[in-house]
Amino acid sequence: MSDLEEYRRRAREWLAANAPGHRAEATPDEDGVARAKAFMARMHDAGYSGITWPREYGGQGLTQAEDRAFAAEARDFTLPIYVFSIGLGMCGPTVLDMGTEEQKARWIRPLLRGEEIWCQLFSEPGAGSDVAGLQTRAERDGGEWVVHGQKVWTSVAQHADRGLLLTRTDPGVPKHKGLTMLVVDMRAPGVTVRPLRDMTGRAHFNEIFFDGVRIPDADRVGEVNGGWQVAVTTLLHERLSIAGGVGMSGQSENPVSFEALRSRADLGDPIVRDQLVELYIRSRALSLFNTRLSQETKAGIFPGARGSAAKLLLAELTLFQADLAASLAGPGSVAYREDGETGDGGDSAGDGGDAGRIAHALSLAPAMALGGGTNEIMRNIIGDRVLGLPPEPRVDKNVPFSELKVNSQGGGTRR
Amino acid sequence: MKLVLTSEQNDLRQAVRSFLSATLPPGRVREVMEAGDGYDRAAYDRMNGELGLSGLVVPEEYGGAGAGHAELAVVLEELGAALLPGPFLATTLATLVLLESGDAGAAKDHLPGIAEGRVRASFAPSSADGSWWGAPSVTAAEAGGGHVLDGVAPYVLNGADADLLVVPARLGGRTRLFVTTGGERAPLTTLDLTRRQARVEFAAAPARLVEGDGLARALDLASVAVAAEQLGVLRASLAAITEYAGIRVAFGRYIGSYQGVKHRLADMHCALEQAESVVRHAAWAAGEAPGELPAAAALAQAYTGRACFQVAKDHLLLYGGIGFTWEHDAHLYYKRAKSLEVLLGPPRAHRARLADLVL
Ligand SMILES: Cc1cc2nc3c(=O)[nH]c(=O)nc-3n(C[C@H](O)[C@H](O)[C@H](O)COP(=O)(O)OP(=O)(O)OC[C@H]3O[C@@H](n4cnc5c(N)ncnc54)[C@H](O)[C@@H]3O)c2cc1C
Repeated sequence: MSDLEEYRRRAREWLAANAPGHRAEATPDEDGVARAKAFMARMHDAGYSGITWPREYGGQGLTQAEDRAFAAEARDFTLPIYVFSIGLGMCGPTVLDMGTEEQKARWIRPLLRGEEIWCQLFSEPGAGSDVAGLQTRAERDGGEWVVHGQKVWTSVAQHADRGLLLTRTDPGVPKHKGLTMLVVDMRAPGVTVRPLRDMTGRAHFNEIFFDGVRIPDADRVGEVNGGWQVAVTTLLHERLSIAGGVGMSGQSENPVSFEALRSRADLGDPIVRDQLVELYIRSRALSLFNTRLSQETKAGIFPGARGSAAKLLLAELTLFQADLAASLAGPGSVAYREDGETGDGGDSAGDGGDAGRIAHALSLAPAMALGGGTNEIMRNIIGDRVLGLPPEPRVDKNVPFSELKVNSQGGGTRR
Repeated sequence: MKLVLTSEQNDLRQAVRSFLSATLPPGRVREVMEAGDGYDRAAYDRMNGELGLSGLVVPEEYGGAGAGHAELAVVLEELGAALLPGPFLATTLATLVLLESGDAGAAKDHLPGIAEGRVRASFAPSSADGSWWGAPSVTAAEAGGGHVLDGVAPYVLNGADADLLVVPARLGGRTRLFVTTGGERAPLTTLDLTRRQARVEFAAAPARLVEGDGLARALDLASVAVAAEQLGVLRASLAAITEYAGIRVAFGRYIGSYQGVKHRLADMHCALEQAESVVRHAAWAAGEAPGELPAAAALAQAYTGRACFQVAKDHLLLYGGIGFTWEHDAHLYYKRAKSLEVLLGPPRAHRARLADLVL
């Protein structure tokens, strides 16, 4: 047995002993968060958290090969690590790329051990796609920054200990040049977190108010007014981690996956067969593309903006899958008994059974096409940075931010 | 699974690319496609001589290079991108069928000539719906210690001047393979001018029975080979229109700066990424994971065939009026893409095969 096979065998053993019994909760309660944190600590002790991250900061210092081996085994299990996905997929990698030695030593280990949950505080009521148009202000006061403003759509913020916070520090220069990245302690005075109920009926994201929040300059990542470069790093990691499925273990449980639909569908119907084959083609083509991207990364070819293609394809597949699942299931996909009883001995997990899960998948599907950059923004990125097409003419690039047309923090436009 | 090219495969790709840009300068495809045999025999001989492409997948014992399917895919992708006219694909597909039959005698008699580039070959299917997987309508009968073929193979790639035909035919209730130099060849008018086809009529045509039976795997390999060409056509169409979008101006702006154009190109790029992944996987499976090949090959056809035609179509449209002209190359890609999509049979057959394998 090769070392890698041995690694994989031991990973499987560990997973089999530790993973069962957990659910992939995107909106856990306090107990759920405590269980998730305890699980992460065990996973870190066992050496499976931060597999490719540097040893000196608490990672394992291993290669993509081990990382992929673990991920492949983990696919058969459901790990309760969703609340860490922003930290592991975006904030942590950003700190590794752009943070100081002292910051890495301070923040990375607690993140990998699940002691601290991170969130990403970029979007605002007035600025999402055009996040560089944001208005949350940070003003210098001695060795500290004082922050006023509002963020919105912030995933997992209700559980977060720290947030990667993009602020405006100089409105007198063009918008990309006056931003600074800070790391905020979510329990600091002046931080208010309000969960927002989304279209699934649950609260995946929040709105956050900053009212004179003080942040030490030691918690600034990157240069003063150099926050855009840091943000670009975060967004790159975001696309790759979404496409790669960080924190999205347990695909076997996905109620609208090809496997799940196949097991329920009438395979004798030629139209059903063709619809399922279409789903197979799209799922398999995307999964092979993701594998190719990770093999390229391993071979030293950095995918860069091509990660946006993977993210766009996943967003479209997610919508297609949920849509197809409902069409295959018929009326029972949109009306069901909450206890999941179907009257014919179907399962009753208390979440509405298969039908309830399809309905939930339909409600959740748009999230992938909006969060992390909309499909239109992904197409712009592919066009501009992968294909090298001429950019759109822009009216906002060389004008001081203070003179730009922007949205009010309430959403509509002001001048 | 190996989805990234090795440095040797990249070198091979580069060698084929430089050869093609030297021997097929812009305009050359058009010159040769309408004249004589429809291809440049001298360039074809050089390609086989200097690059050894005719013997690429022929085992060394028969005078070839014994390269793998991943290498073949790299080569076909480049030839597809250049819209190379001529019998290379036809000969390659016939070679794969002969090779997979496992008939050492037939291999010894025919493959060396193919490897040298002397012999042009083609596969001659004859099922009712044109699918290479369908039961052939051509029949074989014993005659004078050998066999004779009767019937019609309606669409044979480069069939008019193929020196050797590999023909599936019914014999005693089973499909068997035969090779023949015979058959009455009648050239067809083809949509894709860069690639000819012929109708071949057999009337007691003497033929040699090929022992063994590897047709199922051979057709999977053919699916992968055709998908590799489709990938090349897709890539070249996208590259051409991307370049044009960066130089053509309308309403005071480059057309590529309009989202109506840019977003379409972005979607075409997504198709390219997935098509390349699917083709590399199928080519890898062909060599390294025979058990995965049938589904990988059916997927390669089902995905790449569609993606290639859609990209070729959109690329033509985005040129505007010039794209509809005879002089512009856009229609050559469009027509090649459609011809490739239906080459192995109606595309629904690939989806049906895939359904049978994965459902
Ligand atoms: C489930 C979910 C989780 C999220 N989590 C987070 C998080 O943790 N942290 C965070 O900071 N943000 C988060 N977001 C916010 C997300 O990043 C933004 O919603 C997204 O970037 C879109 O911004 P917007 O909502 O302001 O829409 P807008 O930018 O106002 O977009 C409105 C429409 O205009 C289109 N549009 C905008 N600009 C262009 C353009 N240049 N070209 C073409 N079309 C354009 C968009 O595609 C969209 O269709 C999350 C969102 C969702 C749905």
